[in-house]
Amino acid sequence: MTGLSAIELEDVVKEYLSHGEVVQAVKGVTLDIAEGEFFSLLGPSGCGKTTTMRMVAGFEQPTKGLVKLHGQDVTNVPPNRRDVNMVFQSYALFPHMSVWDNVAFGLKQKRTPADEIRRRVGEMLEIVDLTGRERRRPREMSGGQQQRVALARALVNRPRALLLDEPLGALDLKLRQAMQIELKRIQREVGITFVYVTHDQGEALTMSDRIAVMNDGLVEQLADPREIYERPATAFVAGFIGTSNLLTGAAAGGVLKVGGGRVLVPGHDGDVTVTVRPEKITIGTEEPAPELSGVRGTVAEVVYLGTYNSYAVNLADGADGTVITVFEQNAHDATATAERGDSVWLSWQAQHSYVIGS
Amino acid sequence: MRRLTPYLLALPGWMWLAIFLVVPMAAMASVSLQTGNAIDGFAMTFSFSNYGDALSTYSTQLLRSLLYGGLATVAMLLIGYPVAYWIAFRGGRRKSMYLFLLLLPFFVSFVLRTISWNFLLADNGILFGTLKDWGLLPEGFHVLATTFAVVGGLTYNFLPFMILPIYVALERVDPRVVEAAQDLYATRAAAFRRVVLPLSLPGVFAGVLMTFVPATADPVNAQILGGTSNTMIGNIIQTEYLTNLDYPTASALSFTLMAILLVGIFVYAKALGTENVLEAAAR
Repeated sequence: MTGLSAIELEDVVKEYLSHGEVVQAVKGVTLDIAEGEFFSLLGPSGCGKTTTMRMVAGFEQPTKGLVKLHGQDVTNVPPNRRDVNMVFQSYALFPHMSVWDNVAFGLKQKRTPADEIRRRVGEMLEIVDLTGRERRRPREMSGGQQQRVALARALVNRPRALLLDEPLGALDLKLRQAMQIELKRIQREVGITFVYVTHDQGEALTMSDRIAVMNDGLVEQLADPREIYERPATAFVAGFIGTSNLLTGAAAGGVLKVGGGRVLVPGHDGDVTVTVRPEKITIGTEEPAPELSGVRGTVAEVVYLGTYNSYAVNLADGADGTVITVFEQNAHDATATAERGDSVWLSWQAQHSYVIGS
Repeated sequence: MRRLTPYLLALPGWMWLAIFLVVPMAAMASVSLQTGNAIDGFAMTFSFSNYGDALSTYSTQLLRSLLYGGLATVAMLLIGYPVAYWIAFRGGRRKSMYLFLLLLPFFVSFVLRTISWNFLLADNGILFGTLKDWGLLPEGFHVLATTFAVVGGLTYNFLPFMILPIYVALERVDPRVVEAAQDLYATRAAAFRRVVLPLSLPGVFAGVLMTFVPATADPVNAQILGGTSNTMIGNIIQTEYLTNLDYPTASALSFTLMAILLVGIFVYAKALGTENVLEAAAR
């Protein structure tokens, strides 16, 4: 990251009129996306991530706030005069045009000389591995190929930033994983800023340099994938990214008494919400050493998932119905440590408890 | 048996077509080659000169019909496309109401609708009579019995058949495809020309087909809104058949008209690139 801003949003608000009522889709988002960055907007459907992206593309005008591209205010500039291109969710390829004409569309609109169009479209089709299919129509192609046409159609214009709206949503799992690596490779190759909208946290974690987790029209956390996963800023982020266990209560002297045991939260007192990831927890029958966090419970469910076993454990003072999920790596043999109904101790290192908001 | 089921299910339809399309057509083809009169009866003489005679007698009316049908079709296209576009892209939640309003006049019979235009446009009727009384129009002003009245009537009567297929085609255009064009530096006008218009061509093709053919053959508008110099081929066929009882001439004219329209449609389809049109329609 060079530190130069590719895209800046300044306190952007988008309001809609829906059945006579004003609905805020985006409630004040400020973002600064750096040149060359792979930036993801991650959140559940209806969180405002797509609206945010459409304001960057120019399809929506913000009700309030500013959109800047490379330091220039483009808030009121129409999409055809913005130097960003978009890959649409369902690709939105031109059905009446061949692959070649789809990819050449932007260059033709910009009145690029014919020989340059020929050269750049040819090069681009090579990058996305579609050479030899120039004359095909979009509907004669598989989803993965259409996806690559959409990518080529946008990238061939060498935009200052590429916006991708859930571009892999329609592909099956294997293809999606292959395309994730492919996208990352292409992004490195062309060095263009990518803004990636997705509701798939795995996708966002895999590819992004930074992620903005959005919920209900606001950015809940903006950080790199590791930070987001290890140190979620809010309970929403903790719950949305991966599986996480939430333990709440009043801590005293750096210890939270819960589940017939204790959770070590050094330096914290008073009401806390602690998250701990399932893969950090060890399941066993012995009471753990005092330098570890340890809670007691009963195994309610064991699910064999191939690479790991997943346990649902009811905490011992289960009156509040707290269920802890534990992932146990399937490293040695396929047998589970504990079975349904077993009384167990769950333990983890103090550093793996993360107090939300700290 | 299972493999035959679809054919058996289609049988009533094929029977219907056979009885009510193929048989009458064959009968008419036969009549068009006969000679005789209504009193002594007609006999098959393979008189192909019926065609030549009919054509040379009524070529003016035939050409006029094609001209009127063509003018009306162009007018319908110019009026209908924007209406269809507006309903498809700007209609919002009231789309179906607009479509209903479009079809509302069809609850009144075709002839009655045309007669009410006659009433409206009459030289001293409620519209022009009043305007003449106020001195806003010269005494001699008239619209009835002109080309304008007939073409106008045709345009009015067949307009929904132009709008509906275009609307259906436009309705199927994914708005995101239009956005994609704009995202790729196309102005609104360019996005329309390069994307929306080509994608709506199947609808235009169907609309032209559904309006040009009946408008060209229509006898009602020329009869009610036109004068003696606006007679169309439909009127001639009607007169030959019902008044003069000259069935061979009427049949020969009908077939000639049909042939001309078929050739016209074929040329039109070629010019528009049917393959493209059908391909787009298949989407």
